[in-house]
Amino acid sequence: MDGMHDLGGMDGFGRVEAEPGEPVFHALWEGRVMAMQRAMMFAGGWNIDMLRYAQERLPPRVYLGASYYERWLLATESSVVERGCVTADDLAAGHALRPGKALARKLTAAMVAGGLVRGGYSRPAPRPAHFAPGDRVRAKNIHPPTHTRLPRYARGRVGTVERVHGCHVFPDTAAIDRGEDPQWLYTVRFEGPELWGPDSDPTVSVSIEAFEPYLEPAPEHA
Amino acid sequence: MTEHDHDHAGGHGSELSAVQLRVRALETVLTEKGYVDPAALDAIVETYETKVGPHIGAQVVAKAWVDPDFKRALLADASQATGTLQLANPAGDHLVAVENTPSQHNMVVCTLCSCYPWDMLGLPPVWYKSAPYRSRAVKDPRGVLADFGVTLPPSTAIRIWDSTAETRFIVIPMRPAGTEGWSEERLAALVTRDSMIGTGLAKSPADLD
Repeated sequence: MDGMHDLGGMDGFGRVEAEPGEPVFHALWEGRVMAMQRAMMFAGGWNIDMLRYAQERLPPRVYLGASYYERWLLATESSVVERGCVTADDLAAGHALRPGKALARKLTAAMVAGGLVRGGYSRPAPRPAHFAPGDRVRAKNIHPPTHTRLPRYARGRVGTVERVHGCHVFPDTAAIDRGEDPQWLYTVRFEGPELWGPDSDPTVSVSIEAFEPYLEPAPEHA
Repeated sequence: MTEHDHDHAGGHGSELSAVQLRVRALETVLTEKGYVDPAALDAIVETYETKVGPHIGAQVVAKAWVDPDFKRALLADASQATGTLQLANPAGDHLVAVENTPSQHNMVVCTLCSCYPWDMLGLPPVWYKSAPYRSRAVKDPRGVLADFGVTLPPSTAIRIWDSTAETRFIVIPMRPAGTEGWSEERLAALVTRDSMIGTGLAKSPADLD
C-alpha cells in the first residue's frame, strides 16, 4: 500500500539523532511487547508479513506520532483481534473472557534458551529465474492497495540485477492469507541520479531486494 | 515481575501508566488464552538484553580481517560462513556481508520498517527505525554520515542497501591502520555497531586509549 511507512526519499524529517548509550529497551513494557510479538508469531498467530502490514495500516498520523514499540503494541492489539485470537472485550477487561483458540505451537523458555534464530524464508523454486545478474530491469509502476515491499522511490526506475537469492516467501500474498507463492528474489541496484534526478549525487547508488513480480525487462541502453 | 514496572516520571507518569496498563492487559489475556508463556517472554527479553548484540558481528568482522579465506567465504555466503563459528547466538539465513573499500562505502537501511541483522548486531537503535534515517539514507547518505560526524572523500562511492526483503546486510568496515599482528579479540574491540551498519567507521587504536 502507498502508506506512511514508505519513507524512502521523503524530506523534512531532520537530522538523524543517536542517543548515546541507548538501552535496548527504554521501559520494561517495550520488552514485553517485543517478546509477545515473537511468541505469537512463533505460535502461528500470524506471520511476519502480516505483522508489517498491520503496522502499515495504522493511520498516517498515528504511524508517525507513535514510538516504535507503541506501533508494535497497536499492531499487536489489532492483529490478535483480526486473527480471531482475542476479542476487543477481552482486551478491555484485561482478562480472557473465554478460552483461546488452538494455535500451532507455544514458545517455551527452554526453546528460547536454545537460541533465537532469524526466520528462514527460502522455498523450493517452482520455476526457473527470469532474470540473471547483469540484466537491466525496470521496477514496475504498481500500487497494490495491500502489502508490498516495492518502495515508491523505485517504481518505474531502471536498474541492474546484481544478485539472485533463490525463491522466498512472497510478502504480497503472505500478508493477506493468499499463501506463500514463492518468488525469485533479486538484489537490484539503481544509480542515484536515476532515482533522485540529474542534479543529485552521482556517487550514490541504492539497491533494493526485489521479488520477480516487481520487475520487468528494460532495454540495455535504458 | 510485572508488579514492579511502574515508572512515574513526573508529568509523564500518567501517559506511561496508560501504555503499561495496555501491555499488561494484553499479556494477561494472551497468557490466560494459553498462547504465550510469561517465562518465555522473560527469556526473550533477557536474550536481547544480554546475549545478542554487536559483539557477535564484531567477532565476525575481526575474523574476516585476519583470515582471508574466511573473508572470501563470508562475502560469498555470510550465513554459511558465520555458521562455522562459535557465536553467542546462532546466525540466521539470508545474511549478506558487504565490504567497505577506499572506493566504496556501504550503508544499510530499511526504508519500509526496521529490518536489521539482529543476529549479528542485536536489536536496532531507535535512530535506525525512525523517519529521519529511513527517509534520508537512500537519498542523502553523505548528509546522514555528517550527522554521525563522518566525512568521506568525494571520490568514494556510497552504496545503500535497502533491506526490503528477508536478506539482511552486515557491513565489514575497513581495518584501521596500526593494527598489524593484533589478535582477533583485540581487533573486535575496534568494531563498533555503527561501523557494521555503515553510519560509522571502525575505531582506530588511538581511540581505545
